[in-house]
Amino acid sequence: MMTGTTTDLTLFEQLGGEAAVNAAVDIFYRKVLADYRINRFFDNVDMDTQAAKQKAFLTMAFGGPANYSGKDMRDGHAKFVKMGLDDSHFDAVMENLLATLAELNVPQNLIDQVDTIAQTTRNDVLGK
Amino acid sequence: MTRIKFDEQTFETENAETVLHTLLRNNVQVPYGCKAGVCQSCLMRSLDNAPPEKSQVGLKDPQQKQNYFLACLCKPEKDMTITLPNTESVWLEAEVIEKKNLSTNVIFLKLKSKEPLAFFAGQFVNLRRDDGVIRSYSIANIHNGEHELEFHIRILRNGQFSRWVADELEIGMSLSFSHAQGNCHYVERQTEQPLLLIGTGTGLAPLYGIIRDALSHKHQGEIHLFHGSRDASGLYLEKKLIALTQQYPNFHYTPCLSGSDISEKYTQGRANQIALEKFPKLNGWRVYLCGQPEMVLHSKRAAYLQGASLKDISADAFAY
Repeated sequence: MMTGTTTDLTLFEQLGGEAAVNAAVDIFYRKVLADYRINRFFDNVDMDTQAAKQKAFLTMAFGGPANYSGKDMRDGHAKFVKMGLDDSHFDAVMENLLATLAELNVPQNLIDQVDTIAQTTRNDVLGK
Repeated sequence: MTRIKFDEQTFETENAETVLHTLLRNNVQVPYGCKAGVCQSCLMRSLDNAPPEKSQVGLKDPQQKQNYFLACLCKPEKDMTITLPNTESVWLEAEVIEKKNLSTNVIFLKLKSKEPLAFFAGQFVNLRRDDGVIRSYSIANIHNGEHELEFHIRILRNGQFSRWVADELEIGMSLSFSHAQGNCHYVERQTEQPLLLIGTGTGLAPLYGIIRDALSHKHQGEIHLFHGSRDASGLYLEKKLIALTQQYPNFHYTPCLSGSDISEKYTQGRANQIALEKFPKLNGWRVYLCGQPEMVLHSKRAAYLQGASLKDISADAFAY
């Protein structure tokens, strides 16, 4: 009888855990920095600090331990909202995230789950 | 149960708790954030026993080698004496054993420590004059067991420290210095990895140390050094570096001059631009950047966008 062994694992485990996050951060952050629609928000930040934040975000989006609150997300992005951060920029980041996962050959059903989780941060990020 | 020594106090860990938990339970304030090994706010370093591998997840290779760890992930297996990063403020004593000019405004200074030293070429130490003036300088030599340190000191017109080195510091005099710090050094695990080293001015000092370290470890990958200066007088190690290229076929040296009116044996332009144009794909490379803060900042971003992993980029910005 077929048992759903893979579904016994959490999303984070199915994606490959910490190692998968590390692989994804390198590709994802590079895409974001190269994206003319959003890279102005990333000027003048320390790249190592920024990469650590991206890692925290991806860990959360991958269904891993989320270690910051909606308020942290809100406070952290408030200055960018003042600079004009809106839905179009959030969509661009999401596009880069999903393209990163596709590049890493993540199955579509898992990509969809990551998409759903990451979308839950939209209102906090945009200060709505 | 293990013992953790921090800041002159000793604490005992209870039932597999983390170092961070032990410290906080004892009301010791240290920086921390996520408590899950993600934000790296609680970075600490063991000065004796190596921390468990699991507590070094996500740290750069040089940090791992130097026993850095994340306190929130660290369930110690052995007793450890720990410290916060860059607060190892013990001063050591050294004697000046050599001093000479490398060019009109760069001095070669060699110190011999009065006690054994641990360092990697390319790391930096703080040098301290008796009256308390402190400056950071990068180490240009490899560890050969003699406990000697070599520096390239650029003399600044109004440099409080560098002018003193030039005018008053003499062979036989003693000087205090700190333990070596920083992540800008050779990592011997991957001898096949191509290396790109870009430096301006005396940013060459750490790079020269790293190159000597790589060659002494029989590094197999290609090693490309781009050294930038305004005019030819700033290429203060030209002869030595050319000699190295003749001795080691995998070592390549490109002196770059940004001034006008230069001899055709040099490449005209900025070292970082020339290097990054020559190697547009840096996937799998290790990149070292030392010198002017502007150059370091831009090149770091460019090298990453051109494919180098962030963990494979070591950068040291020199403030003059």
